[in-house]
Amino acid sequence: MTMTSPATSAALTKAAPPRQGAFLDRTETMGAIALAVLIFVILPLALDPFRLNLFGKYLTYAFVAVGLVLCWGAGGILSLGQGVFFGLGGYALAMFLKLEASSPENTAIQSTPGIPDFMDWNQITELPFWWQPFHSLTFSILAVIAVPAFFAFVIGTAMFRRRVGGVYFSIITQAIAAILTILIIGQQGFTGGVNGITDLRTMKGWDIRSDEAKTILYFVNGGLLFACLALAQFVRRSKLGRILIAMRDREDRVRFSGYDVASFKIFVFCLGAAFAAIGGAMFTVQVGFMSPSFVGIVPSIEMVIFCAVGGRNSILGAVWGTLLVNWAKTLFSEAFPELWQLGLGALFIAVVLIFPDGLAGLWKTHVNPRIERLFPRRTTPTVPAE
Amino acid sequence: MSYENPNAVLMVEDLTVSFDGFKAVDGLNFYVAPNECRVIIGPNGAGKTTVLDLICGRTKATGGSVNFKGHELLKMREDQIVHAGVGRKFQNPSVYEDLTVFENLEISYPKGYSVFGALAFRRDQQVHDRIEEIAEIIFLKDALGEKAAFLSHGQKQWLEIGMLLIQDPELLMLDEPVAGMSVAERVKTAELLNRIIADRSVIVIEHDMKFVEDIATRVTVLHQGKLLAEGSMAHVQADPKVIEVYLGH
Amino acid sequence: MFADYSGSELLSIFAMQGFAGLILFSVFVLMALGLAIIFGQMGVINMAHGEFMILGAYVTYLVSRAFEAWAPGLFGAYFFVAMILAFFVSGGLGMAVEWLLIRRLYKRPLDTLLATWGLSLILQQIYRMVFGAREVGVTIPEWMMGSLVLSDMIEVPINGLFVMALAVGISAGVYILMYRSRWGLQVRAVVANRTMADAVGINTERTDRMTFAIGCGVAGVAGAAFTMIGSTGPTAGQLYIVDTFLVVVFGGAGSLIGTIASAFSISQAQSILEFFLSGSMAKVLTLLAVVGILMVRPQGLFALKLRK
Repeated sequence: MTMTSPATSAALTKAAPPRQGAFLDRTETMGAIALAVLIFVILPLALDPFRLNLFGKYLTYAFVAVGLVLCWGAGGILSLGQGVFFGLGGYALAMFLKLEASSPENTAIQSTPGIPDFMDWNQITELPFWWQPFHSLTFSILAVIAVPAFFAFVIGTAMFRRRVGGVYFSIITQAIAAILTILIIGQQGFTGGVNGITDLRTMKGWDIRSDEAKTILYFVNGGLLFACLALAQFVRRSKLGRILIAMRDREDRVRFSGYDVASFKIFVFCLGAAFAAIGGAMFTVQVGFMSPSFVGIVPSIEMVIFCAVGGRNSILGAVWGTLLVNWAKTLFSEAFPELWQLGLGALFIAVVLIFPDGLAGLWKTHVNPRIERLFPRRTTPTVPAE
Repeated sequence: MSYENPNAVLMVEDLTVSFDGFKAVDGLNFYVAPNECRVIIGPNGAGKTTVLDLICGRTKATGGSVNFKGHELLKMREDQIVHAGVGRKFQNPSVYEDLTVFENLEISYPKGYSVFGALAFRRDQQVHDRIEEIAEIIFLKDALGEKAAFLSHGQKQWLEIGMLLIQDPELLMLDEPVAGMSVAERVKTAELLNRIIADRSVIVIEHDMKFVEDIATRVTVLHQGKLLAEGSMAHVQADPKVIEVYLGH
Repeated sequence: MFADYSGSELLSIFAMQGFAGLILFSVFVLMALGLAIIFGQMGVINMAHGEFMILGAYVTYLVSRAFEAWAPGLFGAYFFVAMILAFFVSGGLGMAVEWLLIRRLYKRPLDTLLATWGLSLILQQIYRMVFGAREVGVTIPEWMMGSLVLSDMIEVPINGLFVMALAVGISAGVYILMYRSRWGLQVRAVVANRTMADAVGINTERTDRMTFAIGCGVAGVAGAAFTMIGSTGPTAGQLYIVDTFLVVVFGGAGSLIGTIASAFSISQAQSILEFFLSGSMAKVLTLLAVVGILMVRPQGLFALKLRK
């Protein structure tokens, strides 16, 4: 956007004062439709069940990236521990699936039948009390959201009430990711250790390993992702969304406009955690296991790059970024595994130095103006483009 | 020497803050009456801005009390102080540069302060009317769709005043509202301030003596965190201690 | 739990455990010193700090190989050559990184964090391509092997003592550099008020670059020291990064004494807990305690109260 003098732009806006516009503007509508066509039509038609499942796995990371757009892009809170919430959500569902897979009949050869195999290997003879409620699917699904959101609430309250922000928040969330990883690996009798919770088979008797189940789960996953996208868009378009942007730039001023800044940060952090947790649960059920390698520092910071590549301010961009980076990762690490790590490192640097607004920014500055020229709008906009 | 008023809106008593032993404000007492325009003057480092910071909760006091209509402000959070009816304008224009003028005013509109209130907030006709009314007063009616980042320095100052105005505070605190303005802007701002201070209490920090004379009901002179003199403009100008501080060095 | 041990045995166990804690303390101090300069003074988050340490370790490895091949007679002294070389190699890389990357991002701390993470990935991959994925170890010079026998139950390994001595020496060096030299004065002046420092004729850009370079150089020396007590792999740096940041933040950024005090308390807590619990639980509890304390006291142990 170029500098315009107040006088010229005043002429533009004089006629119509800004109204709360449509839920999606034209660019966003086109982006959303394109994404829906890709996810629900092109990918399922073009890919075999194995590859489709792979893309389903990528899309579970997109939940995390969308949460990061709200926390980091809009709110300026960079969490380097989103893997914690992805993992907690994933583990909550994995515990249910594992208990179902560990029925006394299935585990008859163990010294203690009826408990998960890794417990038996670690000489545990009784299911720990905190595993008991995970026999219930309803409880487990509630726990998928509630446990990570509560955890985020505790962390957020402790930190934002004391006005810890910026890089300190990032470092502490990173430390929490490290702590949880060490804990899960160290307590292998209760958590499955470094291998995680594996060999998940059925959900209420429905075999989740079959191609048909995987295809259905892919669509469920896509549906949930769009639900989260809609919710995220609703939040961003509400006054809360504008308060987040205001807070990112002038936190002090927001306080003196009468807002309790901490409660807004806690809310958006919890929302981001809940999104990540849904992604984690969908990962578990689609891929068939959950392990600490999705909890720690490295996966957490990689999820940030998915969001950054897509554009830290764009909800749809986050999904495109996630798909693109993961697709490239699969492509490259199959062909040149050594180059991938270098490429990923370079991507971190490039996204910061060269295109800080990510794909969404490139789209806005390079592609969209051409489309606008080809298909001019019928009515003049009432609000200057954001 | 301090003038006491049992009907005071704001009662500042024994207010003290120290930073690692340095007392920036030291045992300060003053009282602001309803509809009064109080101007605080004093040399650099006298603690003028710190007093405003203490009243609005930006800096935590070491001791004393600040009572606003029965609320003890020193125990409250910034946002609670705002809800109690205290508005604060900062020295450097402090507006949300990434948002439009309209959105700046909308965020300041006193409704939907809680998380869910903000989610449920709708731009209804009432909000529109009020924002346009304020925009008219602060000379920005034609720039509502403009991003605040593109406003001139003076326009940003007006916008910030407008953001306070829309909250209709009972006590308005302005830190150097005409600093850095052109002569023309200054005249317009004086006119603006004269309109908005009419039916509320105001505390202003200002260096421009001509401007102070125009608006002040009473003047408080601070020096090294302490009260040096208080009274009408003519009274403090004649005070030998004040002359000493301003001219004696 | 103590019933099985006699009094003197218990004493010896505590002495040995305390000594293990002191070695861990030295390691923490060495790791944190460079970061205390970079993060504490400049506020830059360098996620590649661990990789700068590892670079120092690899330099030491190369120097030891070179001495083995070409100057076996002087092998006892190679470590000192390696240490100096490690300082300049890591410091030189730091200077280049500051010029290419960091200086463009001073106003965007969170972006610095991401960019330096990318740098760490690249460095790791380069190490892997040059030195292989497996860990390498150096041959410790003869005079550093063995242990000092204090009593029939208490033995102190000499390489551990050496690392402790290095930690003390480097801390003293950094202290003198920061608080007793003209350069340190300039660094602190730039931190306190960049515009003013500029105005009184301090070349702030050069000061930034030198500060960053020296922080990285100190990391390189720390890496060299680590080769005396462990082996080096391409991803070893990443293991240190959380600990190192926690030590610096816990101590209170900007306070050298704070960094040392926090390294001491974290290392002692961890090594004492390790005696009672498994290693991983000791680590979890220590880190949890640190994070918990930081939530209550975010400014860390030692911090100045400033007028906003």
